[in-house]
Amino acid sequence: MKQQLSVEHLLGIKYLNKNDIDLIFETANNFKEVINRPIKKVPSLRDITIANLFFENSTRTKLSFELAEKRLSADVINFSASQSSVKKGETLIDTVNNILAMKVDIVVMRHPNVGAGVFLSKHVDAKIINAGDGTHEHPTQALLDSYSIKEKLGTVKGKKVVIVGDILHSRVALSNIFALKLQGAEVKVCGPTTLIPKHIRSLGVEVETNIKKALEWCDVANVLRVQHERMDIKYFPSTREYTQLFGINKEILDNLGKKIVIMHPGPINRGVEITSDVADADQSIILNQVENGVAVRMAVIYLLAQQIKR
Amino acid sequence: MSKKVLLNSKEIDIILHRLACQLIENHNDFSETVLIGLQPRGSFLAKRLASILTNDYKIKDIHLGLLDITFYRDDFRRRDEPLEATNTQIDFLIENKNVVLIDDVLFSGRSVRAALTAIQSYGRPENVELLVLIDRRFSRHLPIQPNYRGRQVDAINEEKVIVHWKELHSKDAIYIDNK
Repeated sequence: MKQQLSVEHLLGIKYLNKNDIDLIFETANNFKEVINRPIKKVPSLRDITIANLFFENSTRTKLSFELAEKRLSADVINFSASQSSVKKGETLIDTVNNILAMKVDIVVMRHPNVGAGVFLSKHVDAKIINAGDGTHEHPTQALLDSYSIKEKLGTVKGKKVVIVGDILHSRVALSNIFALKLQGAEVKVCGPTTLIPKHIRSLGVEVETNIKKALEWCDVANVLRVQHERMDIKYFPSTREYTQLFGINKEILDNLGKKIVIMHPGPINRGVEITSDVADADQSIILNQVENGVAVRMAVIYLLAQQIKR
Repeated sequence: MSKKVLLNSKEIDIILHRLACQLIENHNDFSETVLIGLQPRGSFLAKRLASILTNDYKIKDIHLGLLDITFYRDDFRRRDEPLEATNTQIDFLIENKNVVLIDDVLFSGRSVRAALTAIQSYGRPENVELLVLIDRRFSRHLPIQPNYRGRQVDAINEEKVIVHWKELHSKDAIYIDNK
């Protein structure tokens, strides 16, 4: 297998090919072993500096990236928009170029605007890793989701995955659809029709509005959070009604006649899209996803850093 | 280009048994000793030695681990070809153990330097020794010497030592290849 990524930046899953995903997963396997050692650190990136630019709130993604970078011995600087000159009117390119003037090699960026990563990659001289751009893509989340499915079920190919919830506002859903289709999985989305994009079928996924039917069909259910903060209008009458129609509880799962895998990218709204007993059940791999997130991000950073010439 | 046989399979077998006996001389029953093969090529030698110690010399409970040093190498981003990582399998702690690092060919010493760093991730060993099948003299970049060596070779830098294991190449043999 080719030992180098076909891309210079990780801007979205749609730019990757199957080989890239296989390479990232194989590298992540090695790093998963590393992060389970008594000393969880390797010196590979000791002369690389990484800036984490978060123009939008994040807890676990930011922590996961920072931990991945530190486990690889990179130097890390953190930046969040709330404490920065962005508030004073500075443009994105100026902000980033100012940071790059301090000799930064890789930029990990989350931004509320779609395409911010692509825009940046065309204007600045650093490797860009998209940590979420608006409602567009969140590639590392999709990679760790697929990696976790592969770890649990042995393969992604041929598996039936349903993505439940707010598909319209979810970058996790879009990246997951790209990643799963690339690896040969069957994908359905399930949620209120108002929260399902009109042309979603053109991506080769099916739409199901009945949660019970969707769960009966699938091997894996990836449950998303309802993103109230991105909703400028009301998409469904009430949270209670959403829970009644699309919430996943133990009773529904017990009546399926098979054990499906439950995933959630977090943060969980317990009692809304998923009940506590489901989130904590042994068929849920939510915490494995978090652990795998560090290994997968280490792999992505390592493989991109490999391309930086001295 | 000519390829010369340095050691044939019979000679390799004699050397492996001699190395096993030298290990027994210094490590008795191996209760405080672990063998660590450096991935990928040192692992064949390490497995072979472990099997000789177990089958021919009836030593029980040999601790054998395989260590990948890719992430500890000092030539990351300095090579044209990207480095390829392999698995690490060390399912025991090496705290206060006698560690024997095992590799097939000792050349610049840089892999061993990386292994010395990598092994610390598994605890603080009591001491570390190095066993190699082929020791290429006069080619070292670092002050590293083996404690156990199969055969010392004076090869010039342009020459290549090629190790074939029967697990991979149908028979054991070591060649010198001068391009």
